[in-house]
Amino acid sequence: MMRHQAMSRVKTQHSLGAIAVRILRSVGIHALLLAGATIMLAPFAWMISTSLKDYSEVFTVPIRWIPSRLVWSNYVDAWNEAPFARYFFNSAFVATVTTIGQLVFSALAAYAFATMNFFGREVIFTLFLGTMMIPDQMTLVPNYVLLFRLNWIDTYYALIVPWLGSVFSIFLMRQFFQTIPKELYDAAQIDGCSRFGYLWRVMVPLSRPVFITCGLFTFIGSWNAFLWPLIVTNTDRMRTIQVGLSTFMQEHGTVPTLLMAASTMAIMPVLVGFFFVQRQFIQGIARTGLKS
Amino acid sequence: MPVRGFTAKDAARRRRYLKETFTAYLYLLPATVVLVTFHFAPVFYAFYVSLLEWNYISPNPTFVGFANYAALLKDSDFITSLMNTVYYVIGTVPTSMAVALFVAILLNQKIRGLAWYRTVYFLPVITAANAVAIIWFWIYHPDYSGLLNGLLDRLGIPIQSWLLDPKWAMPCIILMSIWKGLGYNVVIFLAGLQNISSEYYEAAQIDGAKGWSIFRYITWPLLSPTTFFVLIISVIGSFQVFSQVYVMTRGGPLKSTLVVVYYLYKIGFEDFKMGYASAMAYALFVIIFTLTLLQRKYIGSRVHYQ
Repeated sequence: MMRHQAMSRVKTQHSLGAIAVRILRSVGIHALLLAGATIMLAPFAWMISTSLKDYSEVFTVPIRWIPSRLVWSNYVDAWNEAPFARYFFNSAFVATVTTIGQLVFSALAAYAFATMNFFGREVIFTLFLGTMMIPDQMTLVPNYVLLFRLNWIDTYYALIVPWLGSVFSIFLMRQFFQTIPKELYDAAQIDGCSRFGYLWRVMVPLSRPVFITCGLFTFIGSWNAFLWPLIVTNTDRMRTIQVGLSTFMQEHGTVPTLLMAASTMAIMPVLVGFFFVQRQFIQGIARTGLKS
Repeated sequence: MPVRGFTAKDAARRRRYLKETFTAYLYLLPATVVLVTFHFAPVFYAFYVSLLEWNYISPNPTFVGFANYAALLKDSDFITSLMNTVYYVIGTVPTSMAVALFVAILLNQKIRGLAWYRTVYFLPVITAANAVAIIWFWIYHPDYSGLLNGLLDRLGIPIQSWLLDPKWAMPCIILMSIWKGLGYNVVIFLAGLQNISSEYYEAAQIDGAKGWSIFRYITWPLLSPTTFFVLIISVIGSFQVFSQVYVMTRGGPLKSTLVVVYYLYKIGFEDFKMGYASAMAYALFVIIFTLTLLQRKYIGSRVHYQ
């Protein structure tokens, strides 16, 4: 009897201990993750804080995170110092057209690879995949020379056309198209659906997740592109936001408040947009990252 | 009779195959034109240009054979840029992978707020490298108003001039790059961890395995395809570092952050030596390609697939 009681006490103690350990463990994990999250967010917080400070407050020691007075006019001043409206328009226009064009081109090619039986299919597909091995830097000089010959330097063509073909998107779409049963095509054909109609009315709606993934990758890639737009633009008329920001830094590099206001403006659209699509985007990365 | 029937059917099939081939090529045409013009042909054209001395505007380039390649081997700036790039890759990749794996393991402990953490760690990944480089440029500000110096000063550690110091400039770029790329590796590692069937862990627990030994004998081997993938992607990506250097240091001070792609940019698009830049692009291509093959051969053979 006594022994039984003792045992059950030990047991309760043990499970109490187990709960305590579990709580401690959970607290420890969250503490570590929160510390990491703070490091991840601190630079953004620092950027926003500096962008709202009065110039004199930037250089105070110790650092003040919350400005004593919020100087919103930094944004107005930055906006007026450089043609940011034009930069934004250029980036939005280039990213949108690149994304739509690339999705259309990739879907057409992927459709052929996935559903048609034609001469040279495997060879062509392997060659396509081979281009993924080529680093972008390899193509800088040749493409620049070509665009120069075409008189395309400092035009939207230069910013858009070279990026309309994506082996990555073609590959992903092909994988997805292949999972759609062929019987569906036969059925659609009996109902009088043409080959293109089948792609447009059946395949594309069924493949929404893959289109969203490819579209997001392309859009963000295009919006964030730096080296290529830096090379092929040379006037404010054509500069994208990233290149514009870099020129702005060269001219106003010593005024941190304006610089940080400009950076905030350049970063915010992507950050805000990301919160709406983060699930699809991260799942897309996880999926494609593992498959290749 | 059966023979004639067979040929007729055969001819019909042939006709259908030809027709389908024609249709398929029409569908492939737009993407193929772009890929061939801007990604495939440039590889060959770049090789041709690498044999020239040419500023891209002059109508008569000089053919110099392999002189650009020979010059490359003797160019101390190129050697420096190569060494600096290797320094950068070694500084960035292992640390980033180790930290990312650690964070992914923490995130994989069935905790609350997983999605929130994942989003936060991912934020730097989706922001443009040149824009975050501007922020870090001010974090590294050489006097007390810089965030880093401000923090160090509060801890009583002497402040540094960071990006202005040849000794510190590269570590600064490395630190910023780890911060920027960490979330990508976390997401991939997390997906890899979630892919490991829980049966393995249950079996190991029944056998009395704990903490470290579970990691060492279950997680690590089963995760190796993911680890290998992250390694290859990270090395290739790190070899192409550009924006951070362009924004923060322009290769300085004293060439301490001169990396290959920045040097290529300078030679090609500031000095307009197209031939020399192309030779350098080829060298970079060969290096990345060889490294990928070597990794596949030596590390790939030790990867454990489920």
